[in-house]
Amino acid sequence: MAGKRTKKPSPADPPHLQLEESAGYDRRIIDYIQRAAATGLYEIRGLGAKRRVPHFDDLVFLGASLSRYPLEGYREKCSTRTVLGTRYASRPIELAIPITIAGMSFGSLSARVKEALGIAATDLGTSTTTGDGGMTREERQSSRTLVYQCLPSRYGFNPDDLRQADAIEIVIGQGAKPGGGGMLLGQKVNPRVASMRTLPEGIDQRSASRHPDWTGPDDLVIKIQELREITDWEKPIYVKIGATRVLNDVKLAVHAGADVIVVDGMQGGTAATQTVFIEHVGIPTLAALRQAVDALEELNMRGKVQLVVSGGIRTGADVAKALAMGADAVSLGQGILMALGCNSASYVVDGKHLSAVEDYANLATAPGYCHHCHTGRCPVGITTQDAELELRLTPAVGAKRVRNYVKTLNMELTTIARACGKQDVHHLEKEDMVALTLEAAAMAGVPLAGTSWIPGAAPI
Amino acid sequence: MAGVKAVEFDLAQVPLREVNRYLHRDAQAEGVTHVRISNPDGAHSIVCGLAHPFDVEIDGHVGYYVGGMNQRANITVRGNAGPGAGENMMSGTIRIEGFASTGAGASAHGGCLIVQGDASLRCGISLKGGDIVVGGSVGSFSAFMAQAGRIVICEDASDALGDSLYEAVIYLRGKVRSLGADAQFEPMRPADFKAVAELLGVAGFKHEPRDFRRIASAKSLYHWNADSNQEY
Amino acid sequence: MCGIVGLLIKNPACRDRLGELMVPMLVGMSSRGPDSAGLAVFSEPLPSPQYKLSLYSGSAAVDWSRLLDQLAAAFEHQHHLSASANHAVLTTVADLHALVKWLGANAPSVHVLSVGRSIDLYKDTGPPAEIAERYAFDRLRGTHLIGHTRMATESAVTPAHAHPFTAGHDFCLVHNGSLSNPHLVRRKLEPLGIRFVTDNDTEAACRYFEWRMREGDSLVTAVQRGFEELDGFFTFLMGTDEEILIVRDPFACKPAMVAETDDYVAIASEFRSLAHLPGIRHAAVFEPKPAEVYSWRV
Repeated sequence: MAGKRTKKPSPADPPHLQLEESAGYDRRIIDYIQRAAATGLYEIRGLGAKRRVPHFDDLVFLGASLSRYPLEGYREKCSTRTVLGTRYASRPIELAIPITIAGMSFGSLSARVKEALGIAATDLGTSTTTGDGGMTREERQSSRTLVYQCLPSRYGFNPDDLRQADAIEIVIGQGAKPGGGGMLLGQKVNPRVASMRTLPEGIDQRSASRHPDWTGPDDLVIKIQELREITDWEKPIYVKIGATRVLNDVKLAVHAGADVIVVDGMQGGTAATQTVFIEHVGIPTLAALRQAVDALEELNMRGKVQLVVSGGIRTGADVAKALAMGADAVSLGQGILMALGCNSASYVVDGKHLSAVEDYANLATAPGYCHHCHTGRCPVGITTQDAELELRLTPAVGAKRVRNYVKTLNMELTTIARACGKQDVHHLEKEDMVALTLEAAAMAGVPLAGTSWIPGAAPI
Repeated sequence: MAGVKAVEFDLAQVPLREVNRYLHRDAQAEGVTHVRISNPDGAHSIVCGLAHPFDVEIDGHVGYYVGGMNQRANITVRGNAGPGAGENMMSGTIRIEGFASTGAGASAHGGCLIVQGDASLRCGISLKGGDIVVGGSVGSFSAFMAQAGRIVICEDASDALGDSLYEAVIYLRGKVRSLGADAQFEPMRPADFKAVAELLGVAGFKHEPRDFRRIASAKSLYHWNADSNQEY
Repeated sequence: MCGIVGLLIKNPACRDRLGELMVPMLVGMSSRGPDSAGLAVFSEPLPSPQYKLSLYSGSAAVDWSRLLDQLAAAFEHQHHLSASANHAVLTTVADLHALVKWLGANAPSVHVLSVGRSIDLYKDTGPPAEIAERYAFDRLRGTHLIGHTRMATESAVTPAHAHPFTAGHDFCLVHNGSLSNPHLVRRKLEPLGIRFVTDNDTEAACRYFEWRMREGDSLVTAVQRGFEELDGFFTFLMGTDEEILIVRDPFACKPAMVAETDDYVAIASEFRSLAHLPGIRHAAVFEPKPAEVYSWRV
């Protein structure tokens, strides 16, 4: 009986694999669905939005040519001095550079990291910011200029630290999870963290998403006044918002009495929150920055209330573009951690590089892909409270790396500014840039390169 | 024996900012022990940020954040208080003779807040170690996310009492409309009766400790219910 | 982003002082709402079939007497118009629909702020103290009023967005808080023929309650229905020709304080605005409980 015989593949005739991936149900989504099916739980992770959104890379500068003249690199100065908080405070914050270190909690990071950040910031003439866990002595002693956060949780918040702070930042939300509160899983709630946060050791911290004693900008007026009264009106008050309804929020923050407004876009990082929050709530930093500047201009507050932007600021070009769009300064979180060694294949102990690859593998990841800050098992000793792991980060070494990174950013910033003919990086303006894509042009409000077209702008 | 030195401020005449600043910076060095404030008229942030053991009397109703972040001072409000009375207080005593608005004692770390009348919603929200004694009733969501400390309620509680409690303990004399997530009644032990007696004594409320019931966390929310490698 | 005030005079002898008592209350709420203010006053109703409209010309100057002449020419009825700055009260017996249509065609810069027999409504941009002076609020007389100070987010602070919002006749509402589903509410009401002037969340609430009352609910029932249908945080203060009513949502995050004596009931977002009222030291002072409706009739 002759059945149909399948043809056996010969060595010269390899099997043809039909591998047609679905755009909607790609491997990432299949993995997500199967993980949810296995665990019945949402994924929690660290870092910020990983997916591609319109960002500063989609803008480019119009350097000097015949119609605009550049400055020489060495002899012709390009000032980076930045002052924040001139509106009401008797002691505004003076920085040497417009690049600051964003709020990251002791708890999400180790105390050694906090010390490293403080050392670096002091060296650079810039500021660090506490985070959702209170002020550590390591950070206050090492950091010349320290911004003290007042968050919905109020963990560790107290008047002695308040009086020791150089500025106060009322956090309404952050870009990674606007509308959500902080999160720290039990493995990172060690005795010291537990004590500072008034929590039992080892439990998963739940956090409030609203402040306990005020809701809304009309109440924020009164809360800001209280903090000023407690500190005798000396310190600038920052208000930090996660980027959502930025135009309205910035105006309300101005009305409420903020000296400085910090806007954190969706690319902004966290040490732990639900992935769904990170990727699907909040708007890109580019769009948020544009709206924040519009808000200040409509209220005629440019230069009176300062604007700091964060969320995916990575390179000197990003810094320059953010300033050109109207920010007074930028704040970095993830970039700083990566300078310290986050996602590096090795860590440094006593001058020797030791491989961390196996420890990444134990977290089911690899250098360059890791976002497991929430586990507390950071292979390079940064986002951990483990007594052994944290030794993988030597404060002096970390400080040097952060200093190098931020110095590089600042050099790139001044290089670009000089090329655009600016003696002061704060003279960069929107018109120094054009966009490479329609989305970036529309979000940033700059024309598509080679055209005068800004999609969505009202015709003049 | 230390002397008594009393100062008086009329908020209808003197800006509050000057009063607060004086009490922060100069009053202690000048030997002030007693402070009297008249015509508060609902102003906000009266005597916030005090750091010395003054005895302060405020003659009338206050606005938001009276005695905010208080350290060591003993403050008496002869009237009602707006939202956030004694918020984040660290030590000392604050007594409200009338009623207190929302968020009374929010995030207090220590000291004792006494409300002789009712306290509104979210009394003791985010409490971090202080004591709160309410002579009247409390509003909904009281003791929400209360992490440490004690709250004594002499009358009734409304909805969601003690939602998301950590280690703080509530002593309730009256009825409760509903308990919050993870809050449960527990039997009173000798240490509880003693604590209630002590706190009632400080507040000056004449009730029997045995009339109070203990509410604490069932601790079922302490860990995300994760069986992460379970597969079927 | 606001402050609210309300005042109902129980003692008829004090009705002459309604405005005088209210101005410090309104100005006291300036820090909550520095950009614009509005006020609805209720006084002795006009005899039927008369009714009145509060008109506002915004920043455009309007020749009110010329407008009155034009109206006289266009309509056979008698009109009476009294004007002050950019605000006027037009008393008439003309068909409302025809009148509004005529105004829309012939005086497009004039906004109709309110319609009714008892209500006069003022809204303007600027600090509350200046608005109070501009319209001589201290000389207002009547039985009751509700008012509002606003912290604006729109770039052009327009009176259209200021509170009180009105709907129908002799009904208005001010709101402190933020609704989270106002567009859904608007899209539910628009197919019923209800026209919206703004995308403001307060207008959605106002038209929702007015719709429910037209459907036969009492205001109290409408408010109770509102707990199900309106989402977000709110303290609503409402006025009809006969009463004022205050209600807070179950979370009660937005503040409200009431002071009551034999002579008046006064309401404000903060006690600060009540502190200077006569007899305040002996007034019953309390906060409205959440999810409960409090009303006082004239």
